[in-house]
Formats: sequence, C-alpha cells, structure tokens
Amino acid sequence: MSKKLLAASGIAVYAFLYLPLVVVVAYSFNNSKLNAEWVGFTWHWYQVLLSDDTMLKAAGNSLLIALTASLASTMLGTMAGYALYRYKLKLLPVLVMAPLAIPEILVGVSLLIFFVAINLTLGLLSIMLSHIAFCVGFVAIVVRSRLSGMDESLPEAARDLGATPFQAFRLVTLPLIAPGIIAGALLAFTLSIDDFVITFFTAGVGASTLPLQIYSMIKIAVTPEVNAISTLLMLLTLFLIVVASRLSPDSIRGK
Amino acid sequence: MSLLEIRNIVRRFGDFTAVDGVSMNIEAGEFFTLLGPSGCGKTTLLRMIAGFDSPQSGEMFLDGKDLASIAPEKRPIHTVFQSYALFPHMTVAENIAFPLRMRKVGKDEINEKVRQSLEDVRLADRGGRYPGELSGGQRQRVALARALVNRPRLLLLDEPLAALDMKLREQMQLELINLQKEVGITFIYVTHDQTEALALSHRIAVMNGGKVEQLDEPSKIYDSPKNRFVADFIGTCNLIDAEVSVAGEEKMVLQIRGLGEVAAKNPGASCGVKGILALRPEKVRIGAQLVPGLDENHFKGRVHDFLYMGDVTVYIVEVGEGVHIEALLPNSAAGRPRILAVGDPVEISWRYDAGTFLDG
Repeated sequence: MSKKLLAASGIAVYAFLYLPLVVVVAYSFNNSKLNAEWVGFTWHWYQVLLSDDTMLKAAGNSLLIALTASLASTMLGTMAGYALYRYKLKLLPVLVMAPLAIPEILVGVSLLIFFVAINLTLGLLSIMLSHIAFCVGFVAIVVRSRLSGMDESLPEAARDLGATPFQAFRLVTLPLIAPGIIAGALLAFTLSIDDFVITFFTAGVGASTLPLQIYSMIKIAVTPEVNAISTLLMLLTLFLIVVASRLSPDSIRGK
Repeated sequence: MSLLEIRNIVRRFGDFTAVDGVSMNIEAGEFFTLLGPSGCGKTTLLRMIAGFDSPQSGEMFLDGKDLASIAPEKRPIHTVFQSYALFPHMTVAENIAFPLRMRKVGKDEINEKVRQSLEDVRLADRGGRYPGELSGGQRQRVALARALVNRPRLLLLDEPLAALDMKLREQMQLELINLQKEVGITFIYVTHDQTEALALSHRIAVMNGGKVEQLDEPSKIYDSPKNRFVADFIGTCNLIDAEVSVAGEEKMVLQIRGLGEVAAKNPGASCGVKGILALRPEKVRIGAQLVPGLDENHFKGRVHDFLYMGDVTVYIVEVGEGVHIEALLPNSAAGRPRILAVGDPVEISWRYDAGTFLDG
C-alpha cells in the first residue's frame, strides 16, 4: 500500500514538473494561433521563427553572450577554484561565493549603478561583463571540488620526477580536473543563456537577448512562436545538461 | 665525502617544531631508514630532502652541493609516495616514461627504457593498462620503476609498504632489499614499523619529537638501545627501575627494589646513578628448574600470566615483590606439552651482559 502511495506521489511530482514543458513543446506544433485547443500538426511556427529577424537577432546575441561569458568565466573561475584549493585564505572564499547567494535582483541593480557610474554604455558588453561576474563563482566551486578530490601528492610527484611547476599543472593537474572545468563551462553557459533578471537590468535599450525577447512577446500574448523558441532553447540546455552529467567527477579516470 | 650531509635542520610549523636540529650523513649505496612514531618528524625531513618543504635553518648537501637553492625538479632525487601517486590518466608505460620525457630523452630511448623497466618489475604485459586496473602490489612496483627509471642519486621511500597486507609486505621487503643491491642506488626509507626497519636497513635513525634518538646499525639499535625511548620503541623490552650500587670496570651491580642485586655490564655509569635495566624477553631463560650458568643472574618466581603466540609462548614472571619480567619460550619441540601454568613456580636467568643499563 505505502509502496503504491510512494510511486503515485513520485509520478505526481514528475508530472507537475514536466507536464507544463510537454504542453509547451506540443503546442509549438499546433496549427492554431492560440494555445487553447489542439487543431493539427504544423511546422508553421518554426518557419515564422526563422523569418523573425528580431527573434533571430536576440538568439544570436544570447549565443554570443553565453559563449563569451562561459569562456571567460571558466578561465577566471578555474584560476579562482585553484586558488581556493591551493591557499587556505579566509577572505577569498567569501569574495568568490558571495555572488552565488546574493539575490539576483540586487546584483542586477548594483551592476546597473556601477556601469552608469563608470560611464559604460549599456549593451552587449555590459551584459557579457555581468554574466561573467555571476558565473565565475559557480565555475570556481565546481573546479575546487574536483581539485579537492585529487590526491595532493600527484602534482608533487610530477615535480619530483622533473616537471617544472607549469609542466606539473599542464600535464597532471589540468587533465585530472578537466572534467570539472568542462562541467563548469557548461553550467556557466546554461546559466548565462537563460538569465533574465540581471540581463534585464544591464541590457539597456540597444541589445536584447532571448529571455528578454520572449518576455516582451508574452506581454502581448503567448503565441506558438514563443512555444517554438522555448522548445529549441529547452533542447539546447537539455543537451548541455546531458553532456555535463556525463562528465561528473568519476567518469574520466583510469577506472 | 658522504652522499648526503644533513646539518642542523630545523623546521617549525607555528608553535610546533617538527624537525629539531637534525644532523646526519648518509653514505652512497646505503639503505638508510628513518624510523619513529607518527609526528616524529621523519616525513617532514624526507619532504625537505625532496624539496617540497624547506627548513627554517640548517643545511643539506648532496655530493657536496648545497640543496637549498635547487628546485625539487632539478634534484637528482626521486620519491616513492605512500599513495604511490601514479598518474591515473596515464597508462603504466606513460607513467614510467614521464621522468624520461621531462629530461627530454629521445623517443626510441624512452621506449627501450620503459620496456626494460617494465620487464624488471615483471609487468611487461601491463604497459597499456591504467593504474586503476592494477593490484596494490603491482602499483607499488610501477611506482618503484617510475622513480628508478632515470637512475637518481637518491631514492626516497615514504612508507611504501604501509598499504599492503602482511604477506605481500614481507615479499616486497625482500624485493626491495634485492632491488637496492642490484641498482646500487642509495635509499632513504621512512617507516614507523620497527620490524621493517630492522629487516631492511644498513643503518637506522630512530627519531622522536623531531630529534634523532639513536643512529646505528639495526643489531646495535636492538641490542644496545641508547635510551628508554629506543629500548621501548624497538621490539619489546623489560624496563626495570634500577640504581647502580657497585660500578666495576666492565661489570656493575644494580640494586632493584623488590628483587635485589643484579649484575649487568657497565656502559660507564658511576655508583649511585639511577636508571633502568633494559632486558629483551628472548634473552631471558625460563624453566621449572634451571642450572644457573657462569655470569648469570638467577631468580625464582611464579608465572603471573602467559600468552601462547604459536611460535613462542610469552611468560610474564613475577619475581620478588611487584617486579614482572617477560620471558620468551620457543615452542620448538613439536607437540611439547605446555609445562608452565599460571601460578607455577619457575626459575629465570640471564647473562649479565644481556641487559643494558640506561641512566636517566
């Protein structure tokens, strides 16, 4: 009895989480202007999407921002993660981790004030800088946890056997923490591509990203075109999540 | 000139002094062991020799060259780590090739040396495997092969056998002795296991609290411990409080409370000095009745307790008031009935020079 109850509640939870997503995907193929009733199958909304210049521009921006932000924050975050692991400092962890806990809206407002103060025109650059800022902490955490799972004598052994500090890092430490770095990069990419709050504050008038564009469209009505772009976005993040989980700490090892 | 000269090395971590003014000379071709309980400074000393740590004061010379300014990768010293530290993302062959690659050895020469060295450690068919796929003993051999492949002047071994089970450990001890003889490279071996140290080493430095308590050949360390710590740490030892009552040139008479007078050899103590008599259990004869030999101490007592160990039986004999002396009786004759039970009257005796008097 209790087993059945458990199974039922499990199914209910997953239904609650995934049914809305299924509906979004399904209606992106619906041959009707309204997300109300199923009429018939069509690719129409995807064709609309592909000829919608503002949408494509926003998608391009989002991809560009996410790529730049994940690349830069991965480099900085890896260094930060290494420093967190290598040196037992008191202030550094706080500085790196704090942005993870501070409410996004606060980060957004403060970044806006900061950019205005230094006279930076809001646009692609300000969005990129903001995304890099909030992604670094996440990457650092992932990289550090990977490092702390590594036998400390490994880089020492490399030095002992004739490697310079840089060679030891490149030939031993880096390959061993690579799965962590890649996972961190994918995490940063997904965080960046769907960020709304911080982007909203730092975008200004010129540049738009997918989340901003979708939001401005549903202010009028949720058209199936929004469903279509949402479906594509979902596919992309799903793919990245699968890749990231394949690279979890134990997957790349001798064993 | 000694291969490695260590002079007055001091290493502190905050308030804790890990290595406290250690000096020693290690000769070329030696199997040298640093022995001591955990926290005695042996691993810290080893790490300073390797170059992973540096002393606050003191000097180290390898072949007469000051090591202080030489980075770890430039020292002709390799280490076998306790965890083996094999690179998990490289195959066994790549692991062994690593030190050769770092020295920019040519590709053909690397392949040849790796092949040879895999053969030496009987792992010729495992070159393509990853360390994670090997057994503990095999990993151990790969670690040795990797550390030896470019013939360092000095090989440091940090408790390399600690992770192996007892059978394998004994086998590896023999292999280590043979290997060291074969390659002729100086080994500095760190361990807390005294039987291992006695079995392997040419010389042992017994360390405690950051200092060297005694530095000598294994038999000297065992037979003539210099102080209470060494006597107690190496093997088992009866330690009996005693006071010198007569000090002769070669012999002495000790007064032991509750037991009486005991003859011992005189290490140079004078009358009235207080200290302890250190007496190894296997040097004490025990029997229901013993004919005391010349120069022997002879006492009557009772069996207080015994432990049957298989190869020997350990008897704890109460002699006099409150004095307990441990004696070993080998169970040599097969099936011999155990003749001594708790409470039985027994006699024990030992030659005067079997015991060592330690003052302080």
